Amino acid sequence: MIGGLFIYNHKGEVLISRVYRDDIGSRQAADSAVSSSSGPFPGERLGGSMRRNAVDAFRVNVIHARQQVRSPVTNIARTSFFHVKRSNIWLAAVTKQNVNAAMVFEFLYKMCDVMAAYFGKISEENIKNNFVLIYELLDEILDFGYPQNSETGALKTFITQQGIKSQTKEEQSQITSQVTGQIGWRREGIKYRRNELFLDVLESVNLLMSPQGQVLSAHVSGRVVMKSYLSGMPECKFGMNDKIVIEKQGKGTADETSKSGKQSIAIDDCTFHQCVRLSKFDSERSISFIPPDGEFELMRYRTTKDIILPFRVIPLVREVGRTKLEVKVVIKSNFKPSLLAQKIEVRIPTPLNTSGVQVICMKGKAKYKASENAIVWKIKRMAGMKESQISAEIELLPTNDKKKWARPPISMNFEVPFAPSGLKVRYLKVFEPKLNYSDHDVIKWVRYIGRSGIYETRC
Amino acid sequence: MPAVSKGDGMRGLAVFISDIRNCKSKEAEIKRINKELANIRSKFKGDKALDGYSKKKYVCKLLFIFLLGHDIDFGHMEAVNLLSSNKYTEKQIGYLFISVLVNSNSELIRLINNAIKNDLASRNPTFMCLALHCIANVGSREMGEAFAADIPRILVAGDSMDSVKQSAALCLLRLYKASPDLVPMGEWTARVVHLLNDQHMGVVTAAVSLITCLCKKNPDDFKTCVSLAVSRLSRIVSSASTDLQDYTYYFVPAPWLSVKLLRLLQCYPPPEDAAVKGRLVECLETVLNKAQEPPKSKKVQHSNAKNAILFETISLIIHYDSEPNLLVRACNQLGQFLQHRETNLRYLALESMCTLASSEFSHEAVKTHIDTVINALKTERDVSVRQRAADLLYAMCDRSNAKQIVSEMLRYLETADYAIREEIVLKVAILAEKYAVDYSWYVDTILNLIRIAGDYVSEEVWYRVLQIVTNRDDVQGYAAKTVFEALQAPACHENMVKVGGYILGEFGNLIAGDPRSSPPVQFSLLHSKFHLCSVATRALLLSTYIKFINLFPETKATIQGVLRAGSQLRNADVELQQRAVEYLTLSSVASTDVLATVLEEMPPFPERESSILAKLKRKKGPGAGSALDDGRRDPSSNDINGGMEPTPSTVSTPSPSADLLGLRAAPPPAAPPASAGAGNLLVDVFDGPAAQPSLGPTPEEAFLSELEPPAPESPMALLADPAPAAEHPRHLAPPAPSGLSESSQSSDRTWVGQRDSDGALPPPPTAGRMYLFYGNKTSVQFQNFSPTVVHPGDLQTHILSGPLAVQTKRVAAQVDGGAQVQQVLNIECLRDFLTPPLLSVRFRYGGAPQALTLKLPVTINKFFQPTEMAAQDFFQRWKQLSLPQQEAQKIFKANHPMDAEVTKAKLLGFGSALLDNVDPNPENFVGAGIIQTKALQVGCLLRLEPNAQAQMYRLTLRTSKEPVSRHLCELLAQQF
Repeated sequence: MIGGLFIYNHKGEVLISRVYRDDIGSRQAADSAVSSSSGPFPGERLGGSMRRNAVDAFRVNVIHARQQVRSPVTNIARTSFFHVKRSNIWLAAVTKQNVNAAMVFEFLYKMCDVMAAYFGKISEENIKNNFVLIYELLDEILDFGYPQNSETGALKTFITQQGIKSQTKEEQSQITSQVTGQIGWRREGIKYRRNELFLDVLESVNLLMSPQGQVLSAHVSGRVVMKSYLSGMPECKFGMNDKIVIEKQGKGTADETSKSGKQSIAIDDCTFHQCVRLSKFDSERSISFIPPDGEFELMRYRTTKDIILPFRVIPLVREVGRTKLEVKVVIKSNFKPSLLAQKIEVRIPTPLNTSGVQVICMKGKAKYKASENAIVWKIKRMAGMKESQISAEIELLPTNDKKKWARPPISMNFEVPFAPSGLKVRYLKVFEPKLNYSDHDVIKWVRYIGRSGIYETRC
Repeated sequence: MPAVSKGDGMRGLAVFISDIRNCKSKEAEIKRINKELANIRSKFKGDKALDGYSKKKYVCKLLFIFLLGHDIDFGHMEAVNLLSSNKYTEKQIGYLFISVLVNSNSELIRLINNAIKNDLASRNPTFMCLALHCIANVGSREMGEAFAADIPRILVAGDSMDSVKQSAALCLLRLYKASPDLVPMGEWTARVVHLLNDQHMGVVTAAVSLITCLCKKNPDDFKTCVSLAVSRLSRIVSSASTDLQDYTYYFVPAPWLSVKLLRLLQCYPPPEDAAVKGRLVECLETVLNKAQEPPKSKKVQHSNAKNAILFETISLIIHYDSEPNLLVRACNQLGQFLQHRETNLRYLALESMCTLASSEFSHEAVKTHIDTVINALKTERDVSVRQRAADLLYAMCDRSNAKQIVSEMLRYLETADYAIREEIVLKVAILAEKYAVDYSWYVDTILNLIRIAGDYVSEEVWYRVLQIVTNRDDVQGYAAKTVFEALQAPACHENMVKVGGYILGEFGNLIAGDPRSSPPVQFSLLHSKFHLCSVATRALLLSTYIKFINLFPETKATIQGVLRAGSQLRNADVELQQRAVEYLTLSSVASTDVLATVLEEMPPFPERESSILAKLKRKKGPGAGSALDDGRRDPSSNDINGGMEPTPSTVSTPSPSADLLGLRAAPPPAAPPASAGAGNLLVDVFDGPAAQPSLGPTPEEAFLSELEPPAPESPMALLADPAPAAEHPRHLAPPAPSGLSESSQSSDRTWVGQRDSDGALPPPPTAGRMYLFYGNKTSVQFQNFSPTVVHPGDLQTHILSGPLAVQTKRVAAQVDGGAQVQQVLNIECLRDFLTPPLLSVRFRYGGAPQALTLKLPVTINKFFQPTEMAAQDFFQRWKQLSLPQQEAQKIFKANHPMDAEVTKAKLLGFGSALLDNVDPNPENFVGAGIIQTKALQVGCLLRLEPNAQAQMYRLTLRTSKEPVSRHLCELLAQQF
């Protein structure tokens, strides 16, 4: 149960403050907080010094902490602060109770999505301009600290930015019944001339590799995002190459198992949007749902086996005496030659006493960025099964410090047009019994994007 | 400092700093710094030659980055290079960097030291100052080692500039404070003193600071500074405000220097030279006079400077503590400040008055302000000032105003701040105890204290009441009555229940006569509180109940019922359960006699330092206690009683009475090895003098014998019983020359036995315990039996003016025929004494009053502690005690056969250690020992030279105190 929710700017000034429970900001939090107050802000609603303390405690101990606070959960005087940061904005949920931290973060992310859906980028400017809207939203999505309906589509039906629109009684009662009804995320009577849906499989691949090329850890976390423009109340069924489903089906036809067995993937864990019928998933492992209108995240999953690593980084570091370092890095692309990887960036850390760098690379551009203590090598495009190389000479300044350079790993960023987990969308069937369009009339688009998460190779 | 020219502006640095200031986030700042560091690194790369300006600029940037909290691990070399520059700004930045970021790299340190050495040797005063400042700022050991010898030279060199001298003095002070062993003392010290005469006030100020620090260790080296300081001070004090132009601060001439000079003078005793002293007193008076003058300016700086000098003057006056006139004037001045508008001044005045209160001259003067101080305690807004007021009240308290102060403090306690409550409680407890005129007032005060601030009354405080009540017969009844009344309040503090439980358990019988406080009423009152109390208190109450069973047999059934109740017998707390079970069984199994023995009244507690005083000292921390411990006015501040913590939870088991039987049946289990015939040293009175060993009559015979001729029918017999005391170095009765004698040959109706404590409780080094046994040998009851111990010269042994503190426990007034009574005497030697205490026993025998007065065998040598020492030490000390009055010599004829072994045994028994191989003549005996008294220790050396032919002895005693020598000599001479 969230006790309160605060939004701060980068200076630690409170932009939005909403308190749901009185227990936060009591004496204990006050003790640890240094009493300093920010100026009066339009968004600041409460005046009680009790709340002030929790607000201040977070500012003093997290935003203005001497040491950067890495943990998203901070405990100050038996009060827990959960925060997420969006550019320069801090969102903090505060509670004194033992809540499910995952729930709180889920809510915070959801809230970011909702705000983004309403006014675009989350920035100080936008928040200040929309503070009335934000309070309105907060009233709706959180009651007494318990998260409520946070579906953007549904919210947009009754929280609008166009000022007060006089609604008829019927409209009002319709909204009420819809919001409180079984399918709260979709309203009835949606009509499109063109029934269309977009399916994006977005994956980020994480890797830690030893200098010798041994995989130390690797996993893919992926999302299936759907954008639907469908009329009526369509019933959808989503199918993919999940190993369990494939094997179950394969029991009947043995040859199919052998054919598609290799392509099926083992999903470690997954979560679904609230529209998915979990009972059906549990019993038949089929994913069927009535989608909300517009964009939503259908499912989230994670795999750790049989990951296709799009790039291989081969580092070679040689220390020449105390004042020189030679670095050579080779990257190899490891996918079909017909595909093109984009936005490739290799980041080679340099020692802290670097006094000069010379770089030679055949492809792309490389530059020594002193402010980040790294050589950044950028390649716009690269086809599969190719290889490229960079070599650098780093001059060092002899220092009094006897500490050896820790050699941080070389990291990489890229984008590839396939799913590194191997996930394939097998079908997405749409049934709308009441209206006169069938599965064939729906235009469907599928796109795969694989991005790098933390993709590091030790050197 | 030369002004920085425009070209030295270091634009790059300004840009960098403004960049950093403009950073929006920490990340941006770190990025900017990383970029700058990379830039500087590339500039500092070995192959490029940088000019002085850029080097300075980059070193400055590094310094700035370091001060922002980032690690800097390069650039030291460049900074050191800057030191050799000839430009002031470059040198200055170099020194600045090194002072801030000193690195223990040995190579660099050598270079730095070299650069500093060059600058010190240069004739340029600015460079010398820079170097000195760097040494002082770094102040490391290495630097100290390198330059400690040079700096004094610069300091006293005739041709040094004033500013250099000033820097050198302060630099030396810093080095001395960091590592005093490095600064060599030499002929320069004498010349430093003469810096006080320097023309330049800055030099004088720096020199005073240095001398004040140095003279703390070697006061003799700087003695001459006193007269110089006095003359300097008098010149400043008497100067007009315009004389010392630059050094006049808001019309006050050189306030800092004055304060420092006054501080310096506080390191020394008052000057002996009358002229100097006169001049100083004149100065002090002038300062006091000036304080009375109207202020020359309304500015706060003016009054601050003036008051700083005034307060320092007052603390000097307090330090000297020899000028009653000045002390009283200071006190009056402070009295004015007590009502000043400024809180700080009131605080300082109260604080200084605290020290004034302990001076004998100004104590009375301080006391006149009592009303103001009490008012301050009540109305002051600042808690720290109230605290000082409480301290001052404590300090100014004496017998005359104790009642007023204690009552005021008690009244204040009700509204006092929580932070200082406990301390005030302790103070009230101490004052009430120390200045108690009558004990009922004391008991009232403490019970009030518990009522008002029960939570803050620590264990020590209520233990103390119990000790005092237990040790003082005369208040027991009153105390029982008062606690009984206090307990009747519907809600009373748990500490009150504890005190009440203990006192009623011990002395409830004293008020049982009153029907309003009959035993059942007492019990039900206590039991009504039982269920509201914590486990510890309940345990105490259970002990009280079992004592009730003994005191009032009529409550037995009720109490057994309570003990038997399931809530006690099956209590979850082990302690309570055990007590309930044991007490229940004890009460039902044991006979009345056994119960009476087991549950006898607690014996008095031995003398100890008051535990609450110790606690207050502990609270105040070391050093701070001195102001509170006004032992000067009252040498025995630990008054009435010892601080032995009572053990109220245990049933008193008077073990001595059990020991007694065994003791008399057998010879002492252990006796000093020297006394071969220890077995027959113990002589029962019935054996008569025939049992005396061949040692002949002993000095003990002189004791325990009646001083007045006994009445023919005197029914008294005495038994002196030297008990096993081997483990214990101090015995009251000497083991070797036996201490047994029959006091009254004519009668065998009463005997008195005596034995030492064998130290069940480790007694303080100056204390001993004596058990006296009075036996009635007739078949008729003695009535009104009362033995008292009197020290000749004073009426009551409790009064601490006597040399011995003797505590006695009252004995029963009736002694049945054939019965015996024991009495315990706790004796503590406070200081040396000559005459032994007297025991006077009064009783009625068959209706006729009888009186016996006996000398107790307590002489000064009982507090002897043998000391072993080598011949060399012995002679050294012997020579030290060579004053004629320290020696006592006696030549006398031997009364007994001269046997070397017996003589040895006698000397050992006397208490001194025998030293072999000291005297060149083996016939002679040499001994040494220390007499332990509470006030002082008296070292004692003795030499006995027997002359066998002439049957004569020569006895020589040397002690540090004249009467002790003579007395011991006489005592010892009787032995031979």
